[in-house]
Amino acid sequence: MDSKIYQKESNTNLSKLLKTSLSDIYNSRFLSKQLAVRDIKAQYRQSYLGFLWAFIMPLTTAFVWIFLNKSGVIKLTDTGIPYPVYAFSGTLLWSILIESINTPTSSTNNARSIMTKINFPKEALIISGIYKMCFNSFIKIGLLLVFLGVFGVGYHKTIFLFPFALLGVVVFGITIGLFLTPIGMLYKDIAKIITLSFSFIMYATPVVYAVPKTGIMKTIMELNPLTPLIVTTRDLVVGQTPEYLTYYFCIIGACIPLMFVALLFYRISIPVIVERMNA
Amino acid sequence: MKMNNLTLKENEVLVKVEGLSKKFCIDLKTSLWYGVKDLWANIAGNKAIRHLRPKEFWAVKDISFTLRRGECLGLIGHNGAGKSTLLKILNGLIKPDQGKVTIRGRVGALIELGAGFNPILSGRENIYNNGAVLGFTKAEIDDKIEDIIEFSEIREFIDMPVQNYSSGMKVRLGFAIAAQMEPDVLIIDEVLAVGDLGFVLKCFKTIDVILPKTAIIFVSHSMPMVSRICSKIILMEKGREKYNGYDVGKAIDIYYKRFTINKSNVIFDDGSLELIEVKMVDIPTNIEIKEINWGDDLKLFFKFNVFKNVSEFLFRVIFYDKEQRPIAIIEKNIDCGISNDNGIEIFLTHENIEMSKGIYSISIALFRNVNEPFYRSNNVLNFQILHKDDVWPPFLLKSQYKLKKFN
Repeated sequence: MDSKIYQKESNTNLSKLLKTSLSDIYNSRFLSKQLAVRDIKAQYRQSYLGFLWAFIMPLTTAFVWIFLNKSGVIKLTDTGIPYPVYAFSGTLLWSILIESINTPTSSTNNARSIMTKINFPKEALIISGIYKMCFNSFIKIGLLLVFLGVFGVGYHKTIFLFPFALLGVVVFGITIGLFLTPIGMLYKDIAKIITLSFSFIMYATPVVYAVPKTGIMKTIMELNPLTPLIVTTRDLVVGQTPEYLTYYFCIIGACIPLMFVALLFYRISIPVIVERMNA
Repeated sequence: MKMNNLTLKENEVLVKVEGLSKKFCIDLKTSLWYGVKDLWANIAGNKAIRHLRPKEFWAVKDISFTLRRGECLGLIGHNGAGKSTLLKILNGLIKPDQGKVTIRGRVGALIELGAGFNPILSGRENIYNNGAVLGFTKAEIDDKIEDIIEFSEIREFIDMPVQNYSSGMKVRLGFAIAAQMEPDVLIIDEVLAVGDLGFVLKCFKTIDVILPKTAIIFVSHSMPMVSRICSKIILMEKGREKYNGYDVGKAIDIYYKRFTINKSNVIFDDGSLELIEVKMVDIPTNIEIKEINWGDDLKLFFKFNVFKNVSEFLFRVIFYDKEQRPIAIIEKNIDCGISNDNGIEIFLTHENIEMSKGIYSISIALFRNVNEPFYRSNNVLNFQILHKDDVWPPFLLKSQYKLKKFN
């Protein structure tokens, strides 16, 4: 019979902590799936437009930029591919990134009432959040694939590498999200700061326009760690040679160990948060 | 008794709580800031001893007990005594600030029934949601779903969205799912209060079945429930244990004593007379709760000031138990008149009182013309019956037995 000990001191043995965390993720796989199925079902049962909502946001942003570009209000540097595909793939990848950053906090927040009453592996919340995000992303990606055909970009071999590149984007987002969740559960300011700052950062990232050839903006955009994530992923889906590939691997290489650290930080922080939070 | 101890020793200790304390903060802003600090301390391993910081207080302080398989611990106390906080620590939801909890085996908690329900999904779908939160696998739920629906007795509504369920139906479904758990340690917090009588009885039947295999921690404000199922009890007051032991009846008496201090209140009065004195004969009046032994004569004395002439009246004395249930009434008096220039004194004797051990209160009512009340006062006197046996029913009837053998 297994025995549990609850005391003030927290376990600082990292490898042991990581082992229990990972085994909790494995053992609670049904819970994470069930929570995701529950939320997706509930979301679509109460809606007529259903799937449309998954891509309506990136699509409208893309439309605005396509309009600005076509009408000549804004002159953009050549993107190398039809602009609508460039703009939509950019806003789509951006929305997936933002969703990955927000997912840990929002899943944890939605489970407030059960977290204060029932002891279950909290990692399941994160995994169910990822499931939900994947579901929404599949719909968006489906639409992007349609666009590739319609605008004559065509389908290239590199498209098979696209899911892995996208996974890198998700890992990056989830890692940041996990680090922010404990503080974000305490203070509502965190969520607002995230929304605000990322709406600015978007313009320092090649989302709706390419990196300019010269100027201060070029330096900023090339330093921005989000640039390689977005650019590499997009290049793979449209079949261009990925720029910034080295930078991309550096970012992902740093992210993977950091993600495990973030996971442990999340795990040990939960009791502290539950104590301070209203149910 | 010796036999009993022996069997207890054989049973393994499932819950061991040593000097458990938990502090809370009065102020939200400060609490959140302490939360940030605690997050950092937590990463460092929380080695330092915790003291109260400004605006903090001990919500739970120095609680210790052990619980073996087959035992049921009742946790009672007034609102805000720290019971729920203690349960949260035992359930591993929050960490203690001092002390240690060791729990062996699978822990089940009935703190909230139907956790994880989504209101717009059907009852059947929500069985899977709640089951998953409680730690069941899909195969287990598939296996038990018929039993769950059967137990909940809401088969005809099982495919209806849960938002259209009444609160009682939700609790039924929630309990039906939770009842499928096979925990070694079960934590129950006041959830059985909702639901109709049939359901509550059903819950108790389930608990009776699992009790021998389980260690139960039961929080309730319903003393009949506590005295029915608990073998051990902790009475908490302001986070500390006021009583901790096996004498469930004694703890319940202490718990009730706090409610009996409230003064008597006249609830109906037409100005004809006024009660000025009430006492138990031969017992000093300065004792707050008068004590008499079971089987003694109960002798009461009432003194009234009379303002208006009342030709004849009916005098009633009603006994209430600690749950405020009326349990007995004194035979009616011989009709008698009162003249308006006098006071009146009534001596009343009830021989060989057979009410069981516990605290009782007395209310009086005066009627004229058979059923027209003109004076009523509640809680004019509290007294305690002393007896060695603690029984829940309000009467312990004196009896003689004769044994006869037959072939």
